[in-house]
Amino acid sequence: MAEPLLKVSGLEVHFPIRSPFLQRRIGTVRAVDGIDLDVARGETLAIVGESGCGKTTTGKAILRLIDSTAGSIHFGGEDIARHGAAALAPFRRRMQIVFQDPYASLNPRMTVGGILAAPFDIHRIGVAQDRAERVAALLRTVGLPPEAARRYPHEFSGGQRQRIGIARALALEPELIIGDEPVSALDVSIQAQIINLMKRLQADRGLAYIMISHNLAVVSHVADRVAVMYLGRVVETAPREELFFRAQHPYTQALLSAVPGRGRSRQVLQGDVPSPARPPTGCHFHPRCPIAQTRCAEEAPASRILAPGHAVACHMVSP
Amino acid sequence: MSAAAAPPEGQVGRIWARFRRHRLALAGGIVVALLLASALFAPVFAPQDPTLLDTALRFRTPFADWAHPLGTDELGRDTLSRLLHGGRVSLTVGLVAMITTVATGAFIGITAGFLGGWVDTLLMRFVDTMLCFPQVFLLLVVAAFVPPTLLSISLVIGLTSWMEVSRIVRAEILHLKEQDFVAAARALGASRARIMFRELLPNAAAPILVAATLKVASAVLMESYISYLGYGVQPPLASWGNMLTNAQGYFDTVPWLAILPGAAITLTVMGFNFLGDGLRDALDPRLRMDP
Repeated sequence: MAEPLLKVSGLEVHFPIRSPFLQRRIGTVRAVDGIDLDVARGETLAIVGESGCGKTTTGKAILRLIDSTAGSIHFGGEDIARHGAAALAPFRRRMQIVFQDPYASLNPRMTVGGILAAPFDIHRIGVAQDRAERVAALLRTVGLPPEAARRYPHEFSGGQRQRIGIARALALEPELIIGDEPVSALDVSIQAQIINLMKRLQADRGLAYIMISHNLAVVSHVADRVAVMYLGRVVETAPREELFFRAQHPYTQALLSAVPGRGRSRQVLQGDVPSPARPPTGCHFHPRCPIAQTRCAEEAPASRILAPGHAVACHMVSP
Repeated sequence: MSAAAAPPEGQVGRIWARFRRHRLALAGGIVVALLLASALFAPVFAPQDPTLLDTALRFRTPFADWAHPLGTDELGRDTLSRLLHGGRVSLTVGLVAMITTVATGAFIGITAGFLGGWVDTLLMRFVDTMLCFPQVFLLLVVAAFVPPTLLSISLVIGLTSWMEVSRIVRAEILHLKEQDFVAAARALGASRARIMFRELLPNAAAPILVAATLKVASAVLMESYISYLGYGVQPPLASWGNMLTNAQGYFDTVPWLAILPGAAITLTVMGFNFLGDGLRDALDPRLRMDP
């Protein structure tokens, strides 16, 4: 197998909890607690999980918007986890992000043309005149008229704004785009348009995507492979078909049974997701797991490969 | 897919419509415009040289004759001319002090808010320290060491009143910097300076603009205080503050010498304050929320 475009190993992002007055460290939020991921060129990896499971933090840590506490992030063979701003600059061109909220992700005081010219300005690409042409080309790529460049973000609908966000991510011709719930803030009718646009761009440009989502219907449309996260850890990784039809981890099974119309009996999990500031011992899922044994509370399960590309972190699943 | 939206001037139009509905703000704006015009064209409107003495014509009452529509002072100088030229001085001090205040306050506020950590702690404790001293006291201390010229007075006023602006800007930046468009700029590799001044600062323009108008008013007032105390604009140059100082000896006999510059100060301060209030309402981000 060829070298993956992105290889994340043992990634941890811990945030200190500080006391309100003296700022002493009184605890740690383990937002991301040791995860391994890889993404090949041109493929789509979906990261799914409930709110607060650390999927957005994972995405931001890969982009180096948040500093990781431990682990490595190999992009194109180079570990960028500890790079400073200067060493990171060439990698900024190679990975980009599309945000969930198209209202907050575009600067309200800049014209769309200004927003889309910023990447060229920052990386000193081209001169003013040819930037205008580049901006127009970007707008056409995402299905907006070039005249949109003169307008401000508030003059556009949510779906149009998300197209602008995608155009900005495309500006530097990246190899990887991280979509942080890119459609969940949009109307259902618009979601399909945006997903189709992203799939078309992937086919045209050989982009790799990491799609962060809690929406399994969206994931089933876009993903080649799926990683399921629970409380800062990846519990199961599998190719899409394998995951949707032969999920092994009890959490994944519960998640899938919650999708309407799948014909399975619905498994309702007891209790709430524990706080990542005080995660359970052993397997993070054990307090809510229907098949947990004493061992699960004592020992964190290692990830084991069941089938090609299908890995599960559970003591109770036999290979 | 066409962009179904209002023309770009829509936003400015909405702000103007809201501002116009605010009667006091509109009145304030007109007063400010008239004051600025009268200061700008003082040499044209003034009946005579404001420093021209005529001891034969001391203490003429206002509205008594056309040569001196607002009377004369204790040295026979024409009050209207002195008011107009004094307004020039007072408003210049007000505007220069405002620019100093806003530039310093915005810079410190954005630096503290954006960089956070110990930079923030250090700058904000410095703000707290500056706020511990009454401004008049700071002004008088500095005035004792710096020769009072128009520029030095303006700068001294500006450099002792930026703390509020820096707090306003810092609070705004703390809120703004968590927005996704800042993360997007960082993901593109934008430098800190670019994020601070190109992405964040324009978004803090509304509260800065409001603070700016209010600061003109307080700087005019400050200039009057220190001129009244004798450390400000020095005679024979007229300012509203030193006109008040000169008038205090004659307050029981010729009160209009104090009332006229006092009224000018009041009018200016009220005009700028109403204008600032109106701008605050018109630019309120909560009202500007998109549908």
